[in-house]
Amino acid sequence: MALAPAPATGRFAKTPHVARKERAQAAAKGVFAVMAAAMVLPLLLIVGYLVWRAWPSLGLEFLLDVPRKGMTEGGIWPAFVGTLYLVVLSLVVSTPIGVMAAVYLNEYARDNWFNRAVNLAVINLAGVPSIVHALFGLGAFVYAARFGYSIVSASLTLAIMTLPVIIASTREALASVPMAFREACWNVGATRWQTIRAVVLPNSISGILTGLILQVSRAAGETAPVMFTGAVFYKSVERGNLFAYALSDQAMALSMHLYTLATQVPNVEESLPYATAVVLLGLVLLVNAAAIALRVFLRGRKRW
Amino acid sequence: MSAAFVKRIEVQELRLAYDSKEVLHGISFDVYQNEILAVIGPAQSGKSSMLRCLNRTIDFTANAKMSGRVLVDGEDVRRTRDIYALRRKIGMVAPLPVGLPLTIYDNVAFAPRSSGLTHKADLDAIVERCLRQAALWDEVKDRLSSLGTAISGGQQQRLTIARALSHQPEILCLDEFSIAIDPVTTMRIEDVLKELRREITILLVTNLTQQARRLSDRTMFLWDGEIVELDRTDVIFSGSPKSQRTRDYVSGVFG
Repeated sequence: MALAPAPATGRFAKTPHVARKERAQAAAKGVFAVMAAAMVLPLLLIVGYLVWRAWPSLGLEFLLDVPRKGMTEGGIWPAFVGTLYLVVLSLVVSTPIGVMAAVYLNEYARDNWFNRAVNLAVINLAGVPSIVHALFGLGAFVYAARFGYSIVSASLTLAIMTLPVIIASTREALASVPMAFREACWNVGATRWQTIRAVVLPNSISGILTGLILQVSRAAGETAPVMFTGAVFYKSVERGNLFAYALSDQAMALSMHLYTLATQVPNVEESLPYATAVVLLGLVLLVNAAAIALRVFLRGRKRW
Repeated sequence: MSAAFVKRIEVQELRLAYDSKEVLHGISFDVYQNEILAVIGPAQSGKSSMLRCLNRTIDFTANAKMSGRVLVDGEDVRRTRDIYALRRKIGMVAPLPVGLPLTIYDNVAFAPRSSGLTHKADLDAIVERCLRQAALWDEVKDRLSSLGTAISGGQQQRLTIARALSHQPEILCLDEFSIAIDPVTTMRIEDVLKELRREITILLVTNLTQQARRLSDRTMFLWDGEIVELDRTDVIFSGSPKSQRTRDYVSGVFG
């Protein structure tokens, strides 16, 4: 291709070609910006609409009180506490297993058929719909393991559901630690475990925690797994009591409660389901905000 | 050079392949006590791979297959009981400076701690000695608790050398240590190496032929996985080495 001769007006003059380029650039930027803004709109609409509809019921009293008059009035304390129990217990189970499995897969595993099979299992497990996890939990924990319909069964089901994603996010965090750090450690005669403890884990902990906390919101929001394994329509507990359940009890859960209020209970006070949704949403957003704050904090201490 | 030619490393018919691509085609050479052996050669000639066979960090490359024998002080590295002791005997300095994301102190104390040393005073002594040997002490002695990743590239490279010395290696391998640092720092480190050779054996991989000329007792020209020539450095650079290719390479006709 022959070079175009420099126009007589000089090198920096605005030629038609340059003008076209700038128009295209401006148009592209505009389209992307609109799309980005469009992401915010649904969130604002959802939150705004929910809060507006829930407004008559919202308040501390709604959170602390128990449901009254056949669930048509009152608060959501049993469901709120139930969700806390389920989420915490499921994390207690899935965190150590998930993180350790990810460390093995990322730091120790060689490329052989066994580890490829494990990888494949993790990926496929992550793609299993929650309703299928629910059925599995029903069969495995409620019946086979004889935990019955209980917080234990429901938590284990949630743990199984969140495990593959925890493994994947932890692996990603571990993989982001540069290989050169590991090699430097191996070169001075450190074992793999010494290397992991001194260098790899301290520098991936922020990513690992972020992945974990995002799973909290998922565990809190899923309905099907707990509905099949341990969440109930109504459970009578003391108002404001944080230790309302035993682990072998069935419990109420926010997601399930929302579902029943919206579809199963006649003559509910109109704002109740919306208020429940606001609490669930608030819980999830709160946890996500915590995740972001934690990440910013740990990023600040990141050492390279 | 030491009069007693004690062999510290013996490499016999070393072959190395990544999958089906062979990068070292059966090379044999010895490294003697207290010498500086320079290895020169263009990129992709197998220099770094050769070093990784010596302390068996090549094990961490899944598709690498090694055959032939490497003896360190008469012990076959592939049959060694304690691979970690072998790696501590050989200090390794990588081409790019790697300050571990630990404090400067911990960077140097990491290896002694890994081998079980916990006594604070001993660690302090090792850290100071190694940082002095690496010509870094004066610059960092007042901020040993700042991060090893936060200092300049040249300082990090000297930190890498200090770390490689921290486990009291008897053999020090440097892999193109000067490619990421400026000439003045390079000269300072070269002075350090000249000091160190009294105590330890040095294997210096470099693609700066003049660096080999300045520092080494013997020079090996490695090209495309084969040793073209291995001789006393003054012979290699005399203008009349045995191989025409060597002469062309060191005089800058190619490479």
